[in-house]
Amino acid sequence: MKLSYFPGCSLDGTAKEYGLSTRAICERLGLELIEVPDWNCCGASSGHSTNFLLGHALAARNLILAEQQGLDLVVACAACFSRFKKTNIVLKENAELNRKMEGIMGIPYTGGFEIRHLLDVICNTIGLETIREKVVNPLKNLKLVPYYGCVIVRPQELTQFDDEEQPKAMDNLTEAIGAECLPWSEKTDCCGASLSLTRVDIVKKLARDIVDMGKEAGAQAIITACPLCQANLDMRYGEDGLPVFYFTELLGLALGIDGNTWLERHMTDPMPLLTSLKLVRGGGDE
Amino acid sequence: MKVITITSAGKKETVDSGFAERVQQKSGKELRQCYHCLKCSAGCPLTFAMDWTPNQIIRMVQLGLEKRVLSSSTIWLCASCETCSTRCPNEVDLPAIMDTLKEMAIRNDMRSEQTVIQVFHRVFLNCLREYGRLHELSLLLSLKLLTLNLFEDMMLGVKMFAKGKINPLPTRIENVRQLDLIFKIFGESKRSRT
Repeated sequence: MKLSYFPGCSLDGTAKEYGLSTRAICERLGLELIEVPDWNCCGASSGHSTNFLLGHALAARNLILAEQQGLDLVVACAACFSRFKKTNIVLKENAELNRKMEGIMGIPYTGGFEIRHLLDVICNTIGLETIREKVVNPLKNLKLVPYYGCVIVRPQELTQFDDEEQPKAMDNLTEAIGAECLPWSEKTDCCGASLSLTRVDIVKKLARDIVDMGKEAGAQAIITACPLCQANLDMRYGEDGLPVFYFTELLGLALGIDGNTWLERHMTDPMPLLTSLKLVRGGGDE
Repeated sequence: MKVITITSAGKKETVDSGFAERVQQKSGKELRQCYHCLKCSAGCPLTFAMDWTPNQIIRMVQLGLEKRVLSSSTIWLCASCETCSTRCPNEVDLPAIMDTLKEMAIRNDMRSEQTVIQVFHRVFLNCLREYGRLHELSLLLSLKLLTLNLFEDMMLGVKMFAKGKINPLPTRIENVRQLDLIFKIFGESKRSRT
């Protein structure tokens, strides 16, 4: 199956481990990702925060380029996903913006394709049955809490694949790869997003609240599907935090893919946990 | 539209009855439906840091207290997490309204206590105008220099660099012409007075 793929800025920068593991699992699961050619930043969050039209125009250029590929678009970053969903609607409703973008790009936009988050594609198109069949290294005894954050699931009429207050996709995936998914209260709470660079005090508090609740629930690690969620929980907790994984990293491990190139990039080192549970080779007491 | 001056807690304040209408028109979002059930403010993860709760902002917009709204910290601290809009019984799209208020604050050269956040947005967009993509190192260095906050996060930055999370050099998109046109036509919200 072929999909148009928008990596976004984070997956090539602070979230390189998400980008690398996304490509690795998609290849293993038979998803061919065709990168949107010459893509630009989707504008989140400074674009939409300070200039409505500029925010949508930046996202629109990517949508117009993606439509030319004639495939459905898959996005791994929660913010890019949310912005594209919103801009797709605005482009259809705002004829003037649409016309101006056509003038810039020389190509009209009709929006005749689906925009989907990678988590949705993995859980609902590839399907959990297929994933269970392909798991060669079940993540036994790994206790996880699933952290969805905000805009992957909110608002539901926009994101269209899971419940906005009680999402289940990552819970089910966690169980499909052999790990244990624990119930907890912070599934969809906000990590403070881009305030991480301007109001460190706020994000430290939010990250502490979330990770502490994970610990209280009995988790050994957190599983996420958003670059900002992962970064904030991984970097802003301070000492003795929990390892914070992208769902693609753990899926990769379960599928038997060597994850060293991405696992070594975490700020809270996940290797002691993974080696103690004998989920990766090397180290430990094997 | 009528503008009057009132005295509130010993301070003179302008009330502009056309403000709510302007916010609605610019955002395309209805806000008169808000009956202040406080669901938004109860669920907002950032109220502890805000000067006004989200529904108080909506109330002040309804009342026409433009200056108080546009100089508040709240509009800059909203993280667009959409918890409020998801739970609002009257479908008031608060994050979209907060974005509109930020845009109006910039256009009217309104200052708040959240100067660093305002500088962050400007630096972020300058980076996009230059490269078309975000280059985290350029963004961080500019932000640190402009806010004279050089040492916060320095050790974290060094560790991130060592882990290969920070690209030393930016990547520029190829079609700079389209990028230039986007910024020329839709432009950054320039300050109306400098």
